[in-house]
Amino acid sequence: MASPNSVSPPPAIPAGLSVEQLLDLYYYMRLTRSLEERLVALYRQAKVVGGLFRSLGQEADAVGSAYAIDQDKGDILSPLIRNLGSMLVCGATPVEVLRQYMAKAESPTHGRDLNIHYGTPQQGFIGQISHLGDMVPVMGGIALSFKMRGEDRVALVYVGDGAMSTGTFHEGINFAAVQRLPLVVIAENNGYAFSTPTAKQSAVKHLTDKAAAYGIPSVRADGNDVLAVYEVTRRAVDRARSGEGVTLIELETYRRKGHAEHDDQSYQSAEEMERWEADDPIDRYIRQLTTSGWSTPAALADIDRRIADELAAAVALVEPEAGPGAGTALSGVCLDPPEAEREWYDRG
Amino acid sequence: MPEVTYLEAIRQGMWEEMERDENVFILGEDVGAYGGAFKVTDGFLERFGAQRVIDTPISEAAIVGAAAGAAHMGLRPIAEMQFIDFISCAYDMLTNYVATARYRAGLPTPMVVRGPSGGYVRGGPFHSQNPEAAFLHTPGLKIVCPATARDAKGLIKAAVRDEDPVLYFEHKYLYRRIKEDLPADEEILTPIGKARLAREGHDLTIVTWSAMVFKALEAAEQLASEDGLSVEVIDLRTLLPMDDQAIMASVRKTNRVLIAHEDTRTGGVAGEITARINNDAFEFLDAPVKRVAAHDVPLPYAPALEDFVLPQTDDLVAAARWLAAY
Repeated sequence: MASPNSVSPPPAIPAGLSVEQLLDLYYYMRLTRSLEERLVALYRQAKVVGGLFRSLGQEADAVGSAYAIDQDKGDILSPLIRNLGSMLVCGATPVEVLRQYMAKAESPTHGRDLNIHYGTPQQGFIGQISHLGDMVPVMGGIALSFKMRGEDRVALVYVGDGAMSTGTFHEGINFAAVQRLPLVVIAENNGYAFSTPTAKQSAVKHLTDKAAAYGIPSVRADGNDVLAVYEVTRRAVDRARSGEGVTLIELETYRRKGHAEHDDQSYQSAEEMERWEADDPIDRYIRQLTTSGWSTPAALADIDRRIADELAAAVALVEPEAGPGAGTALSGVCLDPPEAEREWYDRG
Repeated sequence: MPEVTYLEAIRQGMWEEMERDENVFILGEDVGAYGGAFKVTDGFLERFGAQRVIDTPISEAAIVGAAAGAAHMGLRPIAEMQFIDFISCAYDMLTNYVATARYRAGLPTPMVVRGPSGGYVRGGPFHSQNPEAAFLHTPGLKIVCPATARDAKGLIKAAVRDEDPVLYFEHKYLYRRIKEDLPADEEILTPIGKARLAREGHDLTIVTWSAMVFKALEAAEQLASEDGLSVEVIDLRTLLPMDDQAIMASVRKTNRVLIAHEDTRTGGVAGEITARINNDAFEFLDAPVKRVAAHDVPLPYAPALEDFVLPQTDDLVAAARWLAAY
């Protein structure tokens, strides 16, 4: 029978993280999933306006990579539709996200753009647009501003296996590589772009093979292992910050829900889905935290309760809020003139 | 006083803005070491350095996208399209990303996209285009088309200082053909959104812009001497936002309007101007609004073909006579 004294101490935490940071990662992954689950309930009650996009199974890649940038230094990222977790790490709040999905007047875009399409440099993240690949040259331009001003800052942009087929991806990463810009490009390979499998997007064996075309290094990691994701991203961020230029990272993961909630996923096999469900990144991280002794089930349950309370309060706050008044639609196209012309039919 | 070409005026305007504000920089193809395909940025690399005069790959979407990202951070990029025909390669970036950024996300994007437009230079289908109609339809963009050296300088400076994205279409036919005295010590700023009265008259109005202004002035001269007609010429200078007041004031005065543009007819900017006149000044019209524009074909290369397709002074004269007799 082992005495308490004979229990070996917890193994060293990888990547120089503290226990507090490990629990941070858990918090953001769980917050991402729980917030999306709340949104699903609101969607089914027809309270979400428009579509709903899930990142189930991809929380580790979103959270682990965003955690590797340094917001205190002014790093900026641009998320994709499965990067709610990245935004939460950067300081996006459930209240903002709920307001966006329910098209409320006080949402960050005041009801002008949908779901998680929002953000400014001041917030540390810049909202995507729906045209995939376009954020690569834009984030290249942000990295260019860092370089021109001699600032110690890094930009990070996400693309998917689908976005890598676009011309703007190619033009943007090539320009950034030529200019040796402080940019990290993360390719989230989740197996599908809507219904199209990665093998029909690209003939390369691995998405990282494309890096050779731009003369930049690349690295591949298990996207469902949050600590591995953190480590590879951190190295690429450090490399960018030290002036060595662009790195392409491929995170291998799997999109367990459809492209959006309406998608019946008829093209994904049950066997494939079961295999990835068994590799759930949050379950896996819980096992890692508890078997290593870095945390306990009770401590994680406390975090879960804190998140549940936080989300209940956020939903209670946002749900009764009003949408934007129709009259607000015409302002702010340009700084000057302040408002677009109103046609006579507006006056009845 | 120095004689300043239209091209030199653009150059001076950018130079002055780069001297004034260290946030202003240039990016584009061959703009640095070579000084630009038309030498508009000649000498900029030597003066401002490679950090502020950036030679890019042949990647118009990346040029515009990177300019947008830099503009979000408070820089003031001037992106050059080597020929404005290539702006279509950045159409997505301009219309979906840049034009919407302020409205949808509160992201200011103060940037200029400029380049040589226009025909009459035997440039063929891909070095002669006038793309203004393609962008007039995009809320969030501004479009300027200077005709004079003074406005070439005043509008590039105003465009750099504007808080929103400005498309600056410079006419390559005018580059070295127009010369004006621009005092070196005068700060020339042409307000965006304001038309210019290029010639005063009372019998009919020609509304036009860019190189077509000179054909309109030629036609006005000919109509005065041969027909005794007094023709007013409005140089719009800015197409977006459009100076409706200047157009309507002239329509109320002359009651007959001819709109002339070098771009093709169908879906061209003349249609939009006509609709505005119908809305705001219909009761002042004594004749239908008439337009003269290029024929609806890609612009051909051979001189006889190009001259036939593009509007000539004679076409303006004939249309004006038809209007006057109506």
